[in-house]
Formats: sequence, structure tokens, C-alpha cells
Amino acid sequence: MMRWLRSRIVLFLGILVLVYTFVPIFIVVMMSFNKLPSEQSKIYRWNAFTLDNWLHPCADPSMCTALRTSIFIGLFATLGATILGTLAAFALVRHQFVGRSGTNVLIFLPMAAPEIVMGSSLLALFVAGGFAGQLGFFTILIAHIMFCLSFVIVTVRSRLAGLSDTLEQAAADLYATPQQAFWKVTFPLVFPGILGAALLSFSLSFDDFIITNLNAGTTTTFPMYVYGVSRRTIPMQINVVGTLMLIISVLIVVGGEVRSRARTRALAGPKPVRADSVVAAASARSSAGALDAV
Amino acid sequence: MSETVRKKGITGYILLAPAMFWLLLFFLIPFYSLLAASLFNEGGSDFRGYTMVYQWSNYSEVLQAYWPQIVRSLVYGGIATFQCLILGYVLAYAIAFKAGRWKNLMLVLVIAPFFTSFLVRTLSWKLILADDSWVVNTLQFLHILGPNGHLLYTPFSVVMGLTYNFLPFMVLPLFASIDKIDYRLIEASNDLYANPVVGFFKVTFPLSLPGVISGTLLTFIPAVGDYINDQLLGSTQTRMIGNTIQSLFTEANDYPAASALSVILMSMIVVLVFCYVKFAGTEDLL
Repeated sequence: MMRWLRSRIVLFLGILVLVYTFVPIFIVVMMSFNKLPSEQSKIYRWNAFTLDNWLHPCADPSMCTALRTSIFIGLFATLGATILGTLAAFALVRHQFVGRSGTNVLIFLPMAAPEIVMGSSLLALFVAGGFAGQLGFFTILIAHIMFCLSFVIVTVRSRLAGLSDTLEQAAADLYATPQQAFWKVTFPLVFPGILGAALLSFSLSFDDFIITNLNAGTTTTFPMYVYGVSRRTIPMQINVVGTLMLIISVLIVVGGEVRSRARTRALAGPKPVRADSVVAAASARSSAGALDAV
Repeated sequence: MSETVRKKGITGYILLAPAMFWLLLFFLIPFYSLLAASLFNEGGSDFRGYTMVYQWSNYSEVLQAYWPQIVRSLVYGGIATFQCLILGYVLAYAIAFKAGRWKNLMLVLVIAPFFTSFLVRTLSWKLILADDSWVVNTLQFLHILGPNGHLLYTPFSVVMGLTYNFLPFMVLPLFASIDKIDYRLIEASNDLYANPVVGFFKVTFPLSLPGVISGTLLTFIPAVGDYINDQLLGSTQTRMIGNTIQSLFTEANDYPAASALSVILMSMIVVLVFCYVKFAGTEDLL
């Protein structure tokens, strides 16, 4: 009886911690339906229900401009980091080269260094190189590709390392050319890892503030916009964006889970399903991913 | 299953080159620029007119001017990391051993809140901790907080924000580590009449140590350097080192001081991590 109670208590406390992580999210969703109070001092209080924020998300055009900038930077940074990172991951798992441990350290460090230090060093480099006047879209893009790269490499590498090359050998035995074997066998198998890495890149890039703020010049991304308005009147529309980000990512995660479940069931029956690629990608920051790098 | 054969030849270098080039140029070389900038003289302003003169006094000056911010960052970061460890351990343990078939769902739920914008969710703490919120009213009613007491814009709210925002960095490595523990070992300690507390500290906790170490590092490092939580939830009385570096760079345009402070933060973290890893006796971390 006591033991039963105790084991339930741990689960109960765990769920309580989960609930705590959702409290601010609940507030964000709630405030997306809040009517903006006329008094500045009541800005952080519930006022009245309205759908206006959802119907007119661009009431402050500068928010949508910032949002567009963030999406563009996120897409380009994801594209750049995913391509460079996937190539590097293949090299790390499938090829021999000199200087493996140095390479691993170089990949690991950006994930461990404080953002403020990375941001300020990059700014020092741009200033020293005479690009101080050109801070903006491209300097942000360079920075984002830089800090997304390591996460892509680690995520794709862990996917690749989990694959044996027996299937490729089988393809070769069946007279597939190396190109055919790669595109018909290897790439489809690694693709979930690449997709997870790309999603992680986009969310890292889209949400970054510290490094971006130092290297942005006059360009404004969505986090920078939120930071700017946090000292003035906060438009409730930022909560609409926050809610949408949550909904879209949860849909992607659940979609990935359902698909991988269906596929596992079709392939192997009751084999236990691993957490989907997005979760795996996010835990690239965990010891399993980040620290076996060295 | 046969071990994958690593191919020889130049292809590996070609595949690796672009990524390494990028990291070298935009991650490693910038550290040199930062070091150089920290030794500039005060001659210039707004990007121009600096000369590199090995002005070591920049360091002593920023240490003198900003030591309270430095100490404060370490203290806030340390407390937040400790709180994350407690909360994260409970959550990770529950997911690993108690969640059963809900394991995957709970893992997704750990990460889900953090897909919402960092700044938007930090701002929502402002609402939760505001002066007339039910949290503050309840605490005042219970006389835990004085009638004029605040939570917002105090060290409490800053540490609270840091704890909240960096919790997943603690939970995921802890989970990875606890999930690998053979639960039969814990049952064995129960069978051998260890009481649950002794069993936890003698069996479970030592086995999860790799996760504890990487989790605390992955939480502490970003928490010490963070300035969003402090900027949004703190006041001028709670400024951290990140705020100072940021405002020296973007508002005061005092590049030498900002760079020196940045180098100090980086060296402090490297030294702390090194000592910590030595102390914990795990050298496979770095």
C-alpha cells in the first residue's frame, strides 16, 4: 500500500512540474483573446474577450514585417545549416580523415559556449573586418547558420550512426550504382534525421535573440520586436504568434509520431516506438547527443 | 551487424570542408577578434579609431566597475541551476520509471511549451507575478509577503524566469541518463532493506551522475550569460553580466570594455566547468 502510494507520488510530482511548465503557455493562449486595455498600467491584466487579435494579426504592421524577416532568415539559415551539416555528418560517420578529435571539439563548442560570448565575438569580427555599417540580414544569417550547424551535425550523425551499411551493400550486390544506392536506400533512411535537424534549426533561428540582437544593425526580427515593445504598449497580437508557433510545432510533432507509429506497425508489428525525430533532435542538446561528440 | 567501414580518400575532406570552414571563420576566429578588441585603447568610439595596444587595464577597470554584476550572475545562475536540478530530476525520474506507455507523450510535453517564443513566454511571467496577480495576493493573504511586497522586478522573479526557461536543458540529459538505469538495481536495494532515501542516494543518484553533470552544465552556462530574463523580469538592481555586455556594445559603444567583460565571462565559465568536471571525476565530458 505504502509502496503503491509512493510510486504514484513521484508520478504526481512529475506531472505537477509539467503543469508548471504549461502555466505561462496557458497565459499566452488566454491573452491572445484579450482586448487591449486602454490604460497602460493594466496591460498585464485580463480585460475582455475578443477575437480581434486573431482577425487582425497585422494591426501593427511592423510586427508582421519583423515576423516576415524572422521567417526568411529562419528558412535560409535552415537551408544553409542543413546542407552543410548533413554533408559533414556523412563525412564523420562514413569517411576517414585526419584530425577527428579536433573536428569533434569544434562541433561541440558552439553548443556549449554562452550565446552572449558568441554574439559579441562575431560582432568584434564584423567590426574588425569593416562590416560594422553593413550589419543586418546577412550578418544575422551568417550567425544563425553558425549556431545551427552543430545541432544539425549532431542530429544527422546520430541517425546515420544508427544505420548499418548492410542495406547499401545489398543494393550494390543487386547491381545498383553507388548513386542509385545512395538515393534509393541511404538517403530515404537518413531523411527523418535530416528533417528533424531542419525543424530544430528553424526553431533555434526563429527564436534567437541574444546573438541576433548584437549583430542585427537596424534589421528587426520577431524576438527583437517583442523585446522592443516590452518597454511600451504590448500588442496582444504577439500572443497570437506565440500560440500559432505552439500549435504548428505540436502538429508537426504529433504528425511525425503518428506516421512513425503507423510505419513501425506496418513494418515490424509491436516493436517499441522511439520518440519521434523532433524529440530526438531536441534532445541533441542532451548528453546523449552533445557530449558523445568528444 | 557488421561495423560500417569508413571510406578512405579525399571525399571525406570535401564533405567536411564547408561546415568546418564556416565554424572556423564565424566561431573560432571571432574569439581572436574579441580578444584583440578587449585590448584596444579608449581612443575610438562607434567602431572607429581604436588601436590595439595591449591595454590590460581594460580588464582591471571592468572588473572594478562590474564585479557586482559578475557575482550576481554566478549566484543567480547557480540558484536557477539548483532549482532546475530538483524540478528536472523529479520530472525525468517520473518519465523514465513511472510514465509507462505515456513516456513518449510526456517527453513531447516537456519540449512543447518551449516551442513558443522565448520572449513571449517570458513576458507572460510578468502577468503571473504582477503586483495584483492572484499569486501575489495569495502570498500577501498568507503573510508570506508583506502588504507592499513585490515579486516582479526582484531577484526572485529573475531567478524564477531563468529556472523556467532553462528547465528542458536539465530534463533531457537527466532523462537520457536515468532511462538507462536498470530498474532491477533499485528493486534490489529495496529487497536488501535499504530504505527508499538511502536507496536513492546510494543507487539511483550515483548511476544518473553523467546526466546530472551534463544537465547542470547545459543549464548553468546559458543561465549565467542570459540577459533576457533579467531585462524583462528584473530591475536596475538585478543587472547581470549579460545585460552589461549587451548595453556596453549596443548602447555605450564601449567596445574594449564590452569585449574584456565577454572574455572574463568565457574564462570564468571555462575554469568553473574544468574544476567541476575534475571534482565530479568524469573526464569523458571534455
